[in-house]
Amino acid sequence: MNLMLRAASIALLLAAWFAGSHIVGVRLLPEPQTVGLAIVQEARSGALAFNLGVTLARVAASFTMAMALGAVIGLAMGRVPIFDRLADPWLVMLLNLPALVIIVLAYVWAGLTETAAIAAVALNKLPIATVTVREGARALDRTLDEMATVFRMGRWVRLRHVILPQLAPYLAAAARSGLSLVWKIVLIVELLGRPNGVGFEIGVAFQLFDVTRILAYALAFVAVMLAIETFLVQPFERYISRWRARPT
Amino acid sequence: MHIKHKFYRTASGSRLHVLDEFSIALANGEVAALVGPSGCGKTTLLRIIVGLDHEFEGRVQLPAHGRLGVVFQEPRLLPWRTVEENVRLAAPQASDTALSALFATLGLAEHRCHYPGELSLGLARRVALARAFAVEPELLVLDEPFVSLDAALAARLRSELVELVSRRPVTTLLVTHNIEEAVGLADRVFLLSASPARVLADLPIDRPRIARTADETAAIRAVIERRVDQG
Repeated sequence: MNLMLRAASIALLLAAWFAGSHIVGVRLLPEPQTVGLAIVQEARSGALAFNLGVTLARVAASFTMAMALGAVIGLAMGRVPIFDRLADPWLVMLLNLPALVIIVLAYVWAGLTETAAIAAVALNKLPIATVTVREGARALDRTLDEMATVFRMGRWVRLRHVILPQLAPYLAAAARSGLSLVWKIVLIVELLGRPNGVGFEIGVAFQLFDVTRILAYALAFVAVMLAIETFLVQPFERYISRWRARPT
Repeated sequence: MHIKHKFYRTASGSRLHVLDEFSIALANGEVAALVGPSGCGKTTLLRIIVGLDHEFEGRVQLPAHGRLGVVFQEPRLLPWRTVEENVRLAAPQASDTALSALFATLGLAEHRCHYPGELSLGLARRVALARAFAVEPELLVLDEPFVSLDAALAARLRSELVELVSRRPVTTLLVTHNIEEAVGLADRVFLLSASPARVLADLPIDRPRIARTADETAAIRAVIERRVDQG
């Protein structure tokens, strides 16, 4: 039932797309099969895999960096009130700094380099991850903390068995919203200052007014991210909440 | 070895007078019960003893290594770890045989791989007891461990506790407002006043726990109740 609804929804989208391309003309909106063929062609030449791979590597690098830093800073802010008050203005500023400003400044200051690109994306994601994890750290159960103190649990045991399981839902939420945000910003970074990747290809296609290519790359990348969400993020979420899933 | 606990708290942060010139000392292996009206500061006292509350004036002297086994009012288990993991995380040095014996005594053998969310309150309390005993504590602290269980279940758990303590004697401090429970378990009963808590009476019970008959228990209980009424 669920699967059928999903299939019907996708079929409806394709139909609308097909109809739309006939209304506005195939130059503005190429038909689905044209885009599908373009994807196959790009895949055959190896360009698709190369560009997807490059972009994916950037997504992975900046995502990992932002999540790791965000988790550490968020946990510290949630647990240490003085640090929270000190770091909060910075966080608010970073939260409200437009992505474009961060990217442009990173390129100006560090040159059109890979490091600048990844750092700019990570900086865009960092404050959101921090805020989410901080919420989780504030909601930590004090009674379990006391239990860990009384039984003299070591730092590592505490972090791994007492604190992280409580933060897991917040980390999962940060990861999920972060992944989609990061890949969108990575494309902008590539468009502005990288010689390869999905963003760069889309930039080139934009200058040539090649809508087919734009859609081909966009859809291929969406498919990759969907696969990551389905096969990595969701199973991980199920794993960490396994203690909830079992019936009483 | 003689173990002494001494502490008093003249004013807490909020200037609330919780404990006043409060002083008790326990001998090694002694089981003491603190009995007092609810809200008299028993839990505060326990928090000071186990080192969760540092804002007090006075001194607490724990046994040499200070290994503590604590059973809180609520079980306080990690819901995302199994029964066995919960116990092992608190007592990483516990041997497999010791744990198996402990689980067997407390009727937890078939629940080792369950998560706390799958257990009844009675079972969760047992896990908390198992955890406290698994660390082989030098001081066992129990904060109303059987509250909100039905009478029959509480009695069963009490007898299991007696069995565990007799197998491996451990200095124990039990807080309760149930006089029967105190008399049934302890070698010594401290009666506490209403807040600010002071020791009203220190009543040693001479007969060993196991030899006590129902009549004797009732007699001791009557003595204590009389003292409570006077106090």
